[in-house]
Amino acid sequence: MTATDLGLPALGGLDLVPTTDEPQKAKDYKSDQEVRWCPGCGDYIVLNTIQSFLPTLGLKRENIVFVSGIGCSSRFPYYMNTYGMHSIHGRAPAIATGLATTRPDLSVWVVTGDGDALSIGGNHLIHTLRRNVNLKILLFNNRIYGLTKGQYSPTSGQGMVTKSTPAGSLDTPFNPISLALGAEASFVGRALDSDKKGLTEVLTAAAEHRGSAFVEIYQNCPIFNDGAFDVLKDKDEAAQRIIPLTPGEPIRFGPEGEFGVTRNGWGGFEVGKVADIGEHELVVHDPTIADTSYAFALSRIGDQNLNHTPTGIFRQVTRPTYDDQARTQLEQAAQAKTPNLQSLLTGKDTWTVA
Amino acid sequence: MSTSANGSGTGALSATRPTEVSRLDRVVIRFAGDSGDGMQLTGDRFTSEAAAFGNDLATLPNFPAEIRAPQGTIPGVSSFQVHFADYDILTPGDRPDVLVAMNPAALKANLADVPRGGTVILNTDEFSKRNLTKVGYAEDPLSDDTLAPFEVHRVAMSTLTQGALADTGLGKKDAERCKNMFALGLLSWMYHRPTEGTERFLREKFAKKPEIAEANILAFRAGWNYGETTESFATTFEVAPAKLEQGTYRQITGNTALAYGVIAAGQQSRLPILLGTYPITPASDVLHELSKHKNFGVTTFQAEDEIAGIGAALGAAYGGALGVTSTSGPGIALKSETIGLGVMMELPLLVIDVQRGGPSTGLPTKTEQADLLQAMFGRNSESPVPIIAPCSPADCFDAAIEATRIALTYRTPVLLLSDGAIANGSEPWLIPDVRTLPDLTVEFATEPNAPDGSGEHWPYVRDPETLAREWAVPGTPGLQHRIGGLEKAEGKGNISYDPDNHDKMVRLRQAKIDGVDVPDLTVDDPSGEARVLALGWGSSYGPIGAAARRVRKKGLPVAQAHLRHLNPLPANLGEVLARYDTVVVPEMNLGQLAMLLRAKYLVDIHSHTKIAGLPFKAEELEGVFTDIITSTKEVAR
Ligand SMILES: Cc1ncc(C[n+]2csc(CCOP(=O)(O)OP(=O)(O)O)c2C)c(N)n1
Ligand code: SF4
Ligand SMILES: [Mg+2]
Repeated sequence: MTATDLGLPALGGLDLVPTTDEPQKAKDYKSDQEVRWCPGCGDYIVLNTIQSFLPTLGLKRENIVFVSGIGCSSRFPYYMNTYGMHSIHGRAPAIATGLATTRPDLSVWVVTGDGDALSIGGNHLIHTLRRNVNLKILLFNNRIYGLTKGQYSPTSGQGMVTKSTPAGSLDTPFNPISLALGAEASFVGRALDSDKKGLTEVLTAAAEHRGSAFVEIYQNCPIFNDGAFDVLKDKDEAAQRIIPLTPGEPIRFGPEGEFGVTRNGWGGFEVGKVADIGEHELVVHDPTIADTSYAFALSRIGDQNLNHTPTGIFRQVTRPTYDDQARTQLEQAAQAKTPNLQSLLTGKDTWTVA
Repeated sequence: MSTSANGSGTGALSATRPTEVSRLDRVVIRFAGDSGDGMQLTGDRFTSEAAAFGNDLATLPNFPAEIRAPQGTIPGVSSFQVHFADYDILTPGDRPDVLVAMNPAALKANLADVPRGGTVILNTDEFSKRNLTKVGYAEDPLSDDTLAPFEVHRVAMSTLTQGALADTGLGKKDAERCKNMFALGLLSWMYHRPTEGTERFLREKFAKKPEIAEANILAFRAGWNYGETTESFATTFEVAPAKLEQGTYRQITGNTALAYGVIAAGQQSRLPILLGTYPITPASDVLHELSKHKNFGVTTFQAEDEIAGIGAALGAAYGGALGVTSTSGPGIALKSETIGLGVMMELPLLVIDVQRGGPSTGLPTKTEQADLLQAMFGRNSESPVPIIAPCSPADCFDAAIEATRIALTYRTPVLLLSDGAIANGSEPWLIPDVRTLPDLTVEFATEPNAPDGSGEHWPYVRDPETLAREWAVPGTPGLQHRIGGLEKAEGKGNISYDPDNHDKMVRLRQAKIDGVDVPDLTVDDPSGEARVLALGWGSSYGPIGAAARRVRKKGLPVAQAHLRHLNPLPANLGEVLARYDTVVVPEMNLGQLAMLLRAKYLVDIHSHTKIAGLPFKAEELEGVFTDIITSTKEVAR
């Protein structure tokens, strides 16, 4: 087998999507459908944040498409006044791949849940990330199956008591960030539903990233898993636990910035007191490091108990996208050989009956 | 060319023909050998020679299930049957008139199919004690009376090939590998086949290894000259060109024709194509072929599984491309949920099922037509889709275009049911003039369509005639809308749980498919006196037609009709069925079409079934039809 270098130009995530000068408001992105999530559901705040963030991109609204799977969160497209598809359980990344590959002029967003993306759709998720298709995947992680009324999910903690695990869940949960990195994702970020600013920053960078962008959003389900992320929302607790990732800055946190991240002896990272570590030994965050092990090590600092939770952008690297390359192959083929249906059908070996 | 196998000094092969020439109207030859012996290539080349000569022909390759079964064993036998004639034939032939067996395994696996008096050509070099024991021959079939009923030619093909290549500097083993071309040369001589095509082919195929090309050509000529010079063959045979319809022909397999049909459909609709697929026997060649034609705007996406394959095709369809997915029965099982989504969202989608033996993994390399009910009903709830089945390899081209026409016109997934026999089988194809292909252009929605004049876009407003909804693709200003798998309110398309609306939508989706315009069924009954109708679908067209001809030759009238549209069925089918005393439906399943016909038309169907992984034999159906016609007559008396 031979490899072909397609020699692609560097593009931004939205470079081929038509823009408009007309000012847009959040309201423009609201559809006429009544939003039907439970009162207090974290999905509301995420919806609001996205509706207020999209106008900042200045894209033509008709060139934005939301594709979702099945789950509470997957109702999302109905509430957006864009094009949208509420598809079937777990398959949104595959459907979006076909759309993004044939339509470079669209900004394609996938909305999915922890069950949708990591159980039934786990295979599509990892392969989409691996291919680096130019689409954005927003995983609403409430660590529970909301729509089917409260069974445990692939992100539920071990021992969690749910409707289907009265004696406690036996499964080891996925760390979605580690999983995405293991699948070679070129953009990986995390934000909290309630953190409008942090979420907007990650979403903006995701939108502008060319390739698959994976964003995990911690989302509260007040009905079936209430308070799952409360420790990250309480001001004092959050300061002890959230590790904000800022490119170019040493990674440190705590009310006074007294904690920091340093390398351990195994090639991984660990958390300690800056006073003990020493400022020079702190890891300076760089999401553009090509080697996935860096971002992976960062993702491992985060744990299921949320004792330490890095948020922000873990990884943001440039590599060729599946869809750009697929389209380039079509163009190159058409240049090399003008399509002629008659000569294709006729082929080389013919005979004539007179 | 400076060398030649027989030292005659010239490169070209010329015959002095001391032998007697016998004229035949048709011949069936089966090349059989170990999977490593190149039998498919040999058969393919012989077929091309027959085509170039102007015979009508049909082929049936038979591959072993294992990729590299142990050498010299029965599971490792690969064969290729070609039927060529001076008239239009319908099948690859029931039984080989000539069996070329390259080793004992090939002989053992195929001899039972050769009729008494048939010709058997053997590569004696392979009949060693060891090879015989490998396949369970206690006695050497060359020395006992196993071969007594046949005309046997013993040829030391390996030795002769090595001898012919002695001066080429090629190693013994490499030289021996050219023995299939020796066999081809010999058969080409026996049947007066043109040889230039094969020599040209070998030079092109091995353009990068000219020494291999020359070795193969030498072996080919050595085989030819062996026939010419040894006198062990007293007779050669001539099969005159067939009187086919005027025009330019090529040879084509079903899978290639299917791929070309898809490309043509893309050109005729002016839509880019996205094939989302996952490799599976016997459908993979559709992917292989389409991946070569990117210049026609064909994207081939080899997905992580069948579900992603059809998902990508459906996503592309939402964006205004021609979405296509190809698979075999097990893959259809995986795609069912997405086909249902396509039914609900009413988007065009072409779903190709190249059927194989089942259930489960079943018989991947063998044929069957047992996915009809899966295509018809294999989804949750009321989920109707049109179904089209090609009847021969070349017909796959037209079937793909017709299936696309329906998908685009009615905005629906369409299932195309090919099968292993026509996928790999080949026949001459009267190359169509592309100017005669149907125009498949579609119009995307450009304006809001709300009947209430609100200026909104309602995705489920329907065309009153076809009941198809508009295709409003992303990027169109003002037509933003959301669709999905939840039930839709009629017209507006918003989510609706209203009971009456659901009842109405289920009936509307059904009515749309029931209303697909399908041509009337035509019946072939030359005598006009038939009381028995043989009705088939899909790849059994050939054997049913051949059997009908044989029966008619015996003076028994029989009518034949073949269904290309299986859903909806042609409007005149009920009336056609009612015209006959007996309707016999031969199927390579347990009576799936028969079941549909009985349910829909309340008629008695004589269901004749066989599920052996191989196509029907004309001879077998001749017997079935004859019995039925005779007993129908008796009842009438
Ligand atoms: C094929 C299929 N299997 C199962 C279901 C039932 N189902 C719907 S949503 C869901 C889980 C959703 O969980 P998650 O993705 O976490 O979304 P959430 O509701 O929590 O937002 C399940 C099991 C389905 N709709 N389709
Ligand atoms: S069940 Fe939970 S996730 Fe679903 S809408 Fe209600 S609160 Fe939100
Ligand atoms: Mg969930």
